[in-house]
Amino acid sequence: MTFDQIKDKVASKFPDAITAIDENATPKALMVAEDKLSEVCAFLYKDKDLYFDMLSCLTGIDNGEEANTMEVAYNLYSIPFEHAIMLKIEIPREKPEIPSVAEIWKTANWHEREAFDLLGIHFEGHPDLRRILLPTDWEGHPLRKDYQHQDKYRGIKVEY
Amino acid sequence: MSNQIQYRYQKDNLAKSEPNKFKESELKSEEFVINMGPQHPSTHGVLRLEVLTEGETIKDVVPHLGYLHRCFEKHAESLPYNQIIPYVDRMDYLAAMNSEHAYALGVERMLGITDKIPKRVEYIRVLVAELNRIASHFVAVGTYAMDIGAFTPFFWMMRDREHIMRMLEWVSGARMLYNYIWIGGLFYDLPVGFEQRCRELVTYLRPKIKELEQLVVENKIFVERTANVGVLPLDLAINYGVTGPMLRGSGLRYDLRKVDGYSVYPELEFEVPIGEGKMGAVGDCWDRTYVRVLEIEQSLKIIEQCLDQLTGDHKRTKEFDPQALVPKKIRPARQDLYVRAENPKGELGYFFRADGRSDVPFRCKARSCCFVNLSVISEISKGGMIADLVAIFGSIDIVLGEVDR
Repeated sequence: MTFDQIKDKVASKFPDAITAIDENATPKALMVAEDKLSEVCAFLYKDKDLYFDMLSCLTGIDNGEEANTMEVAYNLYSIPFEHAIMLKIEIPREKPEIPSVAEIWKTANWHEREAFDLLGIHFEGHPDLRRILLPTDWEGHPLRKDYQHQDKYRGIKVEY
Repeated sequence: MSNQIQYRYQKDNLAKSEPNKFKESELKSEEFVINMGPQHPSTHGVLRLEVLTEGETIKDVVPHLGYLHRCFEKHAESLPYNQIIPYVDRMDYLAAMNSEHAYALGVERMLGITDKIPKRVEYIRVLVAELNRIASHFVAVGTYAMDIGAFTPFFWMMRDREHIMRMLEWVSGARMLYNYIWIGGLFYDLPVGFEQRCRELVTYLRPKIKELEQLVVENKIFVERTANVGVLPLDLAINYGVTGPMLRGSGLRYDLRKVDGYSVYPELEFEVPIGEGKMGAVGDCWDRTYVRVLEIEQSLKIIEQCLDQLTGDHKRTKEFDPQALVPKKIRPARQDLYVRAENPKGELGYFFRADGRSDVPFRCKARSCCFVNLSVISEISKGGMIADLVAIFGSIDIVLGEVDR
């Protein structure tokens, strides 16, 4: 399936879910409204012509204070049909919350934990949202553009 | 500065920084939490596994990561694209050439120079990447055999790996962390005489693989220890995003070198071995190991074809400059790009966001295959015996440098 066919299929099922498209991205991307994400993902996974069975990568992005948004990008692949798509969801920076897709693709579990750990994005409905790479009592989320690290962590100087 | 005390022991350091998921007070009377790692030798680095047991049966496994977290993604946001390559090396330090190859592929795609790269450069890249793949599989099988009690294969594998390390040292000047594949080209051309020595190495390695098969995978004790242990069904593997020899061990012929056909792989002939359940169920620890052994043979085949090309159609000329296309300034246009390539351990992906205004990536995420493959451990070890945990864990073949990044 080509990108346009996938887009049309999603658009006919969920008329107001796609807010924009990004043809400049590789693979080409759909911008999806945050409140429709769970339904769109479930559809992409279950539909017998789309069948995106592999969530390859989930990336959290902080766009900085100027844009005042955060983004989550999903890279989906279909193993039998060999087509690919990227989903991008913009969320406000003050309250970065987004539904979890860990119920659909279990691989999202750790990816979402990582995005929570490094960017502080909250995934609603995640079964076990804990920090994964940093210590539990670490302060702040390092991949935010305005991150200031703490001076000391448990008596150890952080600055190197 | 030097006489300052860096670390002071505090009683609650462990409990506060990485608390157990299962609280002792909430356990049933027959349940017990065993802590494995982070200094356990069979965790291949620093990984802590919190194992909930009932008698000798495993009820749950909770991995605690991050002991080797070196902030790759944060560093990448403050470095120009070409200076990130040494950091990429340090992720999967057993297969640095493969990681570099994937990284260079991604940045070249962003710059739109993929088609301009000379064929000789591409063949050299594939050649060194496949050499590194063999070295990585040697470590995987060797250490796995050692994990489950056989000491000899480890030394044999390390001996043969050493030959490959020396070849790669000859090429790049470093044993493990090469910085050899550059964006748009290579550090240097192959040294004079490399092709012939490499052919000799292939001739040397062929019988060694037969030896490896007889010594490890067909060994009765090894089969007893790994067959029907840690069975990973295919649907679960895909749902967990498992890739590489683990996915192929579960019986799916899925190799990105074939599926995506990047670099010069479409011009090369090789097969994709899969697990067929010869000794037990499809997708058990034995299958995963056997797939790795078969892949070594296929890599040798690829290396021979590359050598044919490098001494034939694309042979060494005086004019050839591997750095001819290396851009002076790497500033990709504003875009998002996800690139993936087949590493020895699975699908290595990079997500880039370039803002079009600077020479450093706005965001660079590494989708690490070991990280994702490790996440399936609690599923495949549940209900098994404690004694099998090391066997299951070793068969995943992780490198902690890549898990924690």
